[in-house]
Amino acid sequence: MTANELNTPGYEIPDDLKDVVAITTLDKVYNFGRRSSIWPMMFGLACCAIEMIAAQASRYDLARFGMEVMRPSPRQADMMLVAGTVTKKMVPAIVRLYNQMPEPKYVVAMGACASGGGPFKEGYNVVAGIDKFLPVDVYIPGCPPTPQALVYGLIKLQEKIDKQSIKTVRWYQKGADSVETPIPFLGPDLIDPRRIPEIKAKAAELANPPAEAAN
Amino acid sequence: MTTPAVETLDLAAKFAGVTADTRPGYAGWIVPAEALTQFASFVRDELGYDLLSSLTAVDYLEQNQFEVVYHAYKTAGGPGLVFKVQIPRQDPAKVASVTPIWPGAEYQEREAYDLYGIIFENHPDLRRILMWEGFEGYPMRKDWKEAFYEEEAKPLKSRWPEGRHTLAETRVPFGDNVSFKPGFDPEKWTPTDPEELLYATLRKYTSETKDGITTDHVLVNMGPQHPSTHGVFRAVAMLDGEIVVSLKPVMGYLHRNHEKIGERNTFLQNMPYTDRLDYFNSMYNNWGYSLAVEKLLGVAVPERAEYLRVIMGELSRIQNHLILFGMLWNDLGAYFTPALYAFEERELILDIFEAVSGTRMMCNYHRFGGVSRDVDAASLEKIKGLVFERLPRRVEEMNRLLSENEIFVSRMKGIGYLSPEDSIAYSVTGPNLRAAGIPYDIRRADPYGIYDRFEFDIPVRHNSDLLDRYLIRMDEIQQSLRILRQALQQLPEGPVLTGKPQYQVKVPAGEAYGRVEAPKGELGYYVVSNGKGNPYRYHIRTPSFINITSLEKMCVGGKIADFVTILGMVDIVLGELDR
Repeated sequence: MTANELNTPGYEIPDDLKDVVAITTLDKVYNFGRRSSIWPMMFGLACCAIEMIAAQASRYDLARFGMEVMRPSPRQADMMLVAGTVTKKMVPAIVRLYNQMPEPKYVVAMGACASGGGPFKEGYNVVAGIDKFLPVDVYIPGCPPTPQALVYGLIKLQEKIDKQSIKTVRWYQKGADSVETPIPFLGPDLIDPRRIPEIKAKAAELANPPAEAAN
Repeated sequence: MTTPAVETLDLAAKFAGVTADTRPGYAGWIVPAEALTQFASFVRDELGYDLLSSLTAVDYLEQNQFEVVYHAYKTAGGPGLVFKVQIPRQDPAKVASVTPIWPGAEYQEREAYDLYGIIFENHPDLRRILMWEGFEGYPMRKDWKEAFYEEEAKPLKSRWPEGRHTLAETRVPFGDNVSFKPGFDPEKWTPTDPEELLYATLRKYTSETKDGITTDHVLVNMGPQHPSTHGVFRAVAMLDGEIVVSLKPVMGYLHRNHEKIGERNTFLQNMPYTDRLDYFNSMYNNWGYSLAVEKLLGVAVPERAEYLRVIMGELSRIQNHLILFGMLWNDLGAYFTPALYAFEERELILDIFEAVSGTRMMCNYHRFGGVSRDVDAASLEKIKGLVFERLPRRVEEMNRLLSENEIFVSRMKGIGYLSPEDSIAYSVTGPNLRAAGIPYDIRRADPYGIYDRFEFDIPVRHNSDLLDRYLIRMDEIQQSLRILRQALQQLPEGPVLTGKPQYQVKVPAGEAYGRVEAPKGELGYYVVSNGKGNPYRYHIRTPSFINITSLEKMCVGGKIADFVTILGMVDIVLGELDR
């Protein structure tokens, strides 16, 4: 980061101190550190994971963006790269992994499947997009996205981080924890705990259709 | 043992009750359900069909029957034997298990149970395999509808011809890809422990007393999120100290319903889906599928297309093995440097795939009766440069750097032994079978395409341990390069597709089984057509899924640390394992 980018305009710094002193906001320093060392979770689901590895490898080299340290443990990761089809059987584990990540944490949906189900959307074991459960920051289209597309998406994530402020990010808010997502569970089909009342009402309605529908 | 070829075999005369399958387009034999076990023993012991390639079920809704279809082959080579058992379509539908005869049937029978609800009697461990315990219904049955169900077959009317399309979520009662029975109450529903049945299969190994000390066994779960399982694979191991006493793979975390979606798709629409099975080798996946459908269509493939198929297929094999080496070293702890070497070469091969097909990984290159695009002169020069100059040097360099590394050899030698007899019994195919000393390669045993024209060897190793499984893949790269050199020199000019490219093919009714020697093993497609625009049954026999059957056998008695390497050398890919 150059002195121009770092210094917040509006403060007069004497010429002889220009190379020694920088006056900036906490957000800028914080975001600079955050965006330059995003550690992705080593977490591949399907085909997209191979392109993710290719992006890590020599030709595309994610190390240029400070993202080469893949962490298999969610406790050490900043970003979850959902690379592949999310299935009903897998989604409880994914949500649990997300909950285990320390804040600040970001989710990137890589590829058509993670963004919205993709070619497998109609499948009986497929979750149509990880955004049904987790807050997604960047969606990367493609099936699978090329490593270039992945790199572009990650640059977009960096731009997003640049614009964040400690005051407004959701993980530093007072009150109830807004970060944790309840873990879905596997019943006769996948059950999202947040939607239990809705499911109950709808199933009851299906069992006893309202009078006008029955006629 | 000399056995007659399948064409002259009259099983009806040899085995009472067996009749020929006379439906038009079908082949093989129909075996009465009560005689199945004896018949299977007879086929294996008397006729010599020692390798059970595929076992699957078909739901004939109109005839009100289930059909279990078996494809058996000889490791000595030659055509295969198809036989079927028909059972009434009712609950419970029961058929005898062939797992005692061919242990390789174990997971395939579990799959048929999971997806069709067919109960295999005397099966050692009949649990759901791809879906979870407690999932409602048997999803591959023809009368089972998924939540986002629109119509029986594509193209769907909602998107054609006006092109209107609504979000599926707005159309279904629960607003998501889920369905519950009317009156279902999630609050009153009592969750059953989904792992209980799984752990019960391991629990028979309880604590034991040795020399007056009672030791307790430890249960270790690896995956589905684990860096060494190559995806969302999970294994549950019972350990005695560091020694594995029992190990069960758990799968289905990437079960993407290829078969259900495939039966709604048109024939050609399935081609891009096959890319996503073994996502390292889309070129080879295409091949198996086009082979099966071409058998039904009876369409010939032009010369140039045959050569292009071989060229792309063998390039695919090389990059598959290179990646395997890179990842293997990762698993062993040499973090990323060998993988970087492997990926460097892979990128060059992917460049060629991108140039000829348009994408790096999901090539969607084959068509029924040829390939989709021709190769231009510039790409051909690139391929020649790779095959004649660069790859031989780089593979040799890798071989020199890695294969004799002392730590590597001591981690690999003598580990994960599987006897040749067991390898055949567990239906292991591909390099792992050849590392056990059995020269079985479909390119030679039952040649497809134009493999019978090339001069190449089937490498065989005899120790059947991890080191041999590694070395045989090194050998195979050399043979692939040899095939490539011949193919590039002989490549003729001409068309690459028979007839005009078309979206909708008319496939005559019948069944076909197309199998190819994919880099990971035998890849087979069982396709049943009823004369309509989409396959009635579309089953994929994937090498990853069936090779993993022998995993427990290879791991038990060894150290848990070796599990990672053994799994790595089975060479699984999750897209193919779970489908």
